Amino acid sequence: MAQLRIEETGRGMTVYCSGLWQATALDEVAGTVREALAPLRSYEITFELSGIERIDSAGALLLQHTQRRLEAGGNLVKMEGVDDDSARMLEMVRQYGHPGTDFAVASPGFLAQTGREAAEVLANGMGITAFVGRTFKAFVNLLFLRVGFRYKETGYQMMESAIKALGIIALTMFLVGVVVAYQSAVQLKTYGANIFIVDALGISILRELAPMLTAIVVAGRSGSSYAAQIGVMKMTEEIDAMRTMGFDPYAFLVLPRLFALIIMMPILIFFADAFGMLGGMLIAHTELGLSVTLFTDRFTEAVALKHFWVGLVKGPFFAVLIASIGIYRGMQVKNDTESIGINTTKSVVEAIFAVIICDALFSIVFTKLGF
Amino acid sequence: MRPVIEVEKVVTRFGERLVHDGVSLHVNAGEIYGFLGPSGCGKSTLMREIILLEPVQNGTIRLFGEPLNTLSFEAAQALRRKWGVLFQSNALFTSLNVAENISVMLREYTALPAGVIDEIVAFKLDIVGLTPKEGKLYPSQLSGGMKKKVALARALALDPPLLFLDEPTSGLDPVSAREFDALIMRLRDMLQLTVVMVTHDLASIETTLDRMAIIDERRIAAEGTLSEVKEVPSPFIRTFFGGDVS
Repeated sequence: MAQLRIEETGRGMTVYCSGLWQATALDEVAGTVREALAPLRSYEITFELSGIERIDSAGALLLQHTQRRLEAGGNLVKMEGVDDDSARMLEMVRQYGHPGTDFAVASPGFLAQTGREAAEVLANGMGITAFVGRTFKAFVNLLFLRVGFRYKETGYQMMESAIKALGIIALTMFLVGVVVAYQSAVQLKTYGANIFIVDALGISILRELAPMLTAIVVAGRSGSSYAAQIGVMKMTEEIDAMRTMGFDPYAFLVLPRLFALIIMMPILIFFADAFGMLGGMLIAHTELGLSVTLFTDRFTEAVALKHFWVGLVKGPFFAVLIASIGIYRGMQVKNDTESIGINTTKSVVEAIFAVIICDALFSIVFTKLGF
Repeated sequence: MRPVIEVEKVVTRFGERLVHDGVSLHVNAGEIYGFLGPSGCGKSTLMREIILLEPVQNGTIRLFGEPLNTLSFEAAQALRRKWGVLFQSNALFTSLNVAENISVMLREYTALPAGVIDEIVAFKLDIVGLTPKEGKLYPSQLSGGMKKKVALARALALDPPLLFLDEPTSGLDPVSAREFDALIMRLRDMLQLTVVMVTHDLASIETTLDRMAIIDERRIAAEGTLSEVKEVPSPFIRTFFGGDVS
């Protein structure tokens, strides 16, 4: 540990420095300097350095810094007992040091911050427009057979983003079916309207819950993985490498993911419907004593087919939102690791938000159309 | 004086593959020491074992006299402050600017006032051949040579007595590479460093290294100064130093 002892003398004071004046051992000394030495004015101060066992550049810079501060306060500073080692270090920091350097970054003012954010919003809007345009162009190229369809990649993405999500979607929807049925059962029992649980479950799950929860699971699972994967590909210049080989990233990365989700989303929703109803059926049986036959009879009778189709039709729209937001966020990754985290988070939050808005629009449109 | 690094009979195995089969060497204080050898011979693995990134499987490695396989948490943390490491890819923190990258250990391990830390950072920038002007730039705004220098300044942040360099001149143009060699030698004298480097660069080997170990076929093929190493009959040494072999 570095040590500092201050002794008053006739004309001022002597500061005895001793111990290890090394970067990690200077905390105490720096504190003493700030408290005891910094407020001094018009003193004659002698630093006695002979007790220093070892000194490194941090120690020498602290001495230099202290000396400069004291001299600025009108004190007279002398260094004594400087051995070869200390002299060498002090000379080195004198030669290479930059007294008074300040690396503090000023935080921008309110106006600057507002302007910067407005510019970001604008750039983001232009980025989305460019993304939609480029994706569309890649799609047109595909339609006119200028590039081939990426069967293998699309199939791989179907497997990764959808088939492997079946388990978690089934479990989630089964439990949601159980919860909804259980809560409805308590209410319906008091009115003796047990059979209507089938209507309640059928309409809410097929129309709203299954598409919505499937979209949320897929956004959390695949939207984020698209953003992270494409983001890292951008950082490691893999996307640039593809471009130089004549592989349009929009045809090779964007379209396969987009198509895979568009095709698979309705299938996932169908699957979610089935497991949601299964969970509801279980509770209807155990809590309300509704037999499976009774349940299915009532289901075919009371729940119109249109509810099923309304749920299913939303699938491809949600798929487009989730896939394009995930991929767009990946493409927005800049050359630092923090932006991967930020963009992955944004991909999930924005995708879920967009899905909910889209769902609300569908709700209004379908009701107006009489579905 | 006791050697700074002592490696004794180290055996490393990854699955079926035997990487080191009884590797022993020592690095003396104040030396610039090189690990040489063909690609995949385990030079970098040995260095990773010395800097506690890989466990020592068999044999002993001692740093400043302390054996690495029996270190307590505190001893390991203290040891980590006694060395600086310059990675091949620089490994700068991309979300921090240059000054923040260099000061990260000072801010974590000391309670020095910001003014003093900034002056330490400016000094470190200057000794590696940069200026405080570069302090507020981000790594993505720097050229390859500048990144290397910033990474070196970061490795020297706490004035460690020991410096590890992993292929420091790879990816630099020949002029910058020779400048970097000169910089390492100048810093060794200024800060009284012991330097250990993994390198392939013949020019750096000839100008900077005091001693070196050649790792080939899982063992140390030769250890010593350049002229001593060149005397050793080994196919790798013959090809590596080409026509220079007398």
